[in-house]
Order: sequence, then structure tokens, then C-alpha cells
Amino acid sequence: MPFKRYVEIGRIALVNYGKDYGKLVVIVDVIDQNRALVDSPDMVRSQINFKRLTLTDIKIDINRVPKKKTLVAALEAADVKNKWESSSWGRKLIVQKKRASLNDFDKFKVMLAKIKKAGVVRQELAKLKKETTA
Amino acid sequence: MWTVAVRYTRKRKNAVFQLGFLSNFLISPLHPPRFSGANYFPTQYSESRGPMAPKDRKPHVCRNPDLIRGVGKYSRSKMYHKRGLWAIKAKNGGAFPKHEKKAAAAAPVEKPPKFYPADDVKKPLVNKRKARPTKLRASITPGTVLIILAGRFKGKRVVFLKQLTSGLLLVTGPFKINGVPLRRVNQSYVIATSTKVDISGVNVEKFDDKYFGKKVEKKKKKGEGEFFEAEKEEKNTLPQDKKDDQKTLDAALLTSMEAVPDLKSYLGARFSLKAGMKPHELVF
Repeated sequence: MPFKRYVEIGRIALVNYGKDYGKLVVIVDVIDQNRALVDSPDMVRSQINFKRLTLTDIKIDINRVPKKKTLVAALEAADVKNKWESSSWGRKLIVQKKRASLNDFDKFKVMLAKIKKAGVVRQELAKLKKETTA
Repeated sequence: MWTVAVRYTRKRKNAVFQLGFLSNFLISPLHPPRFSGANYFPTQYSESRGPMAPKDRKPHVCRNPDLIRGVGKYSRSKMYHKRGLWAIKAKNGGAFPKHEKKAAAAAPVEKPPKFYPADDVKKPLVNKRKARPTKLRASITPGTVLIILAGRFKGKRVVFLKQLTSGLLLVTGPFKINGVPLRRVNQSYVIATSTKVDISGVNVEKFDDKYFGKKVEKKKKKGEGEFFEAEKEEKNTLPQDKKDDQKTLDAALLTSMEAVPDLKSYLGARFSLKAGMKPHELVF
């Protein structure tokens, strides 16, 4: 299976370890075999080990080490935020975050809703079963 | 480090002569910084007018700015001139105005004691602590839903009413919903959720620690077996007025709880840790 996501300038990656855990960053330069220079609108440009990154499908068009303003403009132009939040990976992360932030009362309400939904599904299933046996 | 000092002093030409050789050593860690007393806190009144001058003046700019922490721009003699002490002295005929000391009140004559104890009795240390109720966690406010963690009602979700003077929390089920009566509970055995119930229509003034204390019975003479049985029967029932208190309190609470959907069934259900729940990651 060939690789599809490459480390290149402009590749968007997700930080999966460290202080900036969960942030989307842009690879702005490659330092050596193990490290990249990454940047993001809300962080200071810094180096990070590739082991701490997970590459995404999104890539933007920038020069090597752009100025912060250019970087922000390029991110806006490519509409990275919306692309990410509409991708299935991005949506999964949003759901995870929402679930983690649920209140005890919210969790109770979710449980009631699940039970209700399951009840409805079971009713329909019972109806269908009846039809096939009859 | 040293280049910083030189850059700083370049701005003030006077200072170079004053600091000169010393500038290189002044910011070393060997010399702990001392604040130049007068200009550390910008005072509202000028020092030359004295501490008795009225304080409602516009804030005074510092007369002796710091070149480096611990070193003022002006020398002692320059500061003397700036503060106008010469003018005050001149006004007062050559000497700085002095206030006369207040005549000390005549202290009562102390007689030597008649008796000295043989052994030195040690005085106990001064204890200025004041008794006050336990500090209430910021997350617990009147109307908060609490989860009781221990005791007969463990896991029950309950409404917090107020903190009593003993520090314990006054709490109610409401009784109709989950069977928890008006009860006292310790703050340590409680998780505060972020769900709040509107408690404005409820009057909790009359409940205090004495209300919940054990009733003291009159001393009876040690009787025979008959006596014992009679006592036991009386103790088991709850007095009617307590039941009425519960009812009135809960009635007010229930009306405010109707407004929030599912709140009643929420309070009726017990809390428990299920598979996959990590307490340190749970948001209550």
C-alpha cells in the first residue's frame, strides 16, 4: 500500500502528545529526519518531533517558513477549519470533546434519550418480525 | 548581563559618572536589591509636607527615579534640595519643625509581687483562632444538586439548602422523589454537580443544628422490664411537626422543579460508576 499523506510544507497535522495536544498545526519547515517546524495561528512557531504528529489529508499552499500573517491568510483561503470539522475524523473529535464535557444531568438526559430511541427501534423490529412470520 | 547595565546607563549621562565602575557589579546576584524607600510606593502626599497633610491630592510622581533597582538618580544632597527641607527649615527659623511629644499618661505604680512561685510555670501559647463553620466549596451554592457518597443514602442526588453553623450541609431529597428527608450531611462526603435548582421559594430559616439534635429525655429511675418496653415504643416514630416541615419545604421545591424537564427523574435515580467512567475525567 503506497503512502498517501506525506510530510511536506503545508501539510496539516494533529498534535497527539504534549502541551499542544489536540491542536491542528501546519508543517512549515523540516528540520531534520525527526523534527519539523510547525506553526499555528494560536501558537508560537516551534519545533516538534514527527512522532508527536499525526498527518491529516489536508494540505495548504505555502512557501517554506511563511510569515505569520501569510500563514493565517493561507489557512483562511484554504478553509482548513471547515474542511477539518466536516471530515469524519474531525467530527469524531468534536463528538468526543462534547461527550467529555457533559454534565452529570446531561449524561442522565442522554441515557433517557438512548433508552427511548432503543424502544422505538425495538418496536419497529418487532413489527417487521411479525410481518415476516405471518 | 553587564552589557545590559552599560546600555541602561548610556541614556542618563549623569549616571555614568555616578555609577562608573560600580555599574558592572550592581546587578550581580551578590547584591540583593533594596528598594529606595521613598519612591518605592508613590505616595499620595508629598513627604515634605509631612505625614499629617491631607491625603486627597493627585498622585505624586516619584522624585527620585531608579536608574537601576537600588540606585536613585539623585544624590542625598540633591534630594534634600528637591524635597524642600531647606525651605521648611527656613520657614521654621533654622530648624526642622518638631512636634512636642505627648505627655505620657502616668502609669500606675507597680508594686513588687508578694509571692514568687518556686517552679517556673509555663504560659500556654496564645491561640487567636475563631470557631467558624467549615469553608464551603465554591461549587456548592444554595440549590445545587449534590451526590451523597456515603451512608444510607449513598448515590442519591439531593438538593442543597444551606450550610448550618456547625459546618454541615442541610439537604433534602425532596422526600417524595427519592426518600431523602431533611438531613445534615458533611461536605466531604458529597460531590457537587453543576446543576442548580431554583430555591428562592423555600424558607429554611427555622432549621439549625438543634432541630436535628437528639432529644434529651428526663432522667428516669432505673425501672424494671416494663419500663424498658414503654420507652422503646415512643422513640421509633418521627414527630408529626417534622413531617409537616418536610412537606411544606418540599412543596415549594417541587413547584420550581416542574419547570425543568427530567429533573425529577434525575433526582430519583441513584448515581453509580459504570464501566468506562473515569472519576478523574468526569465533569460533574
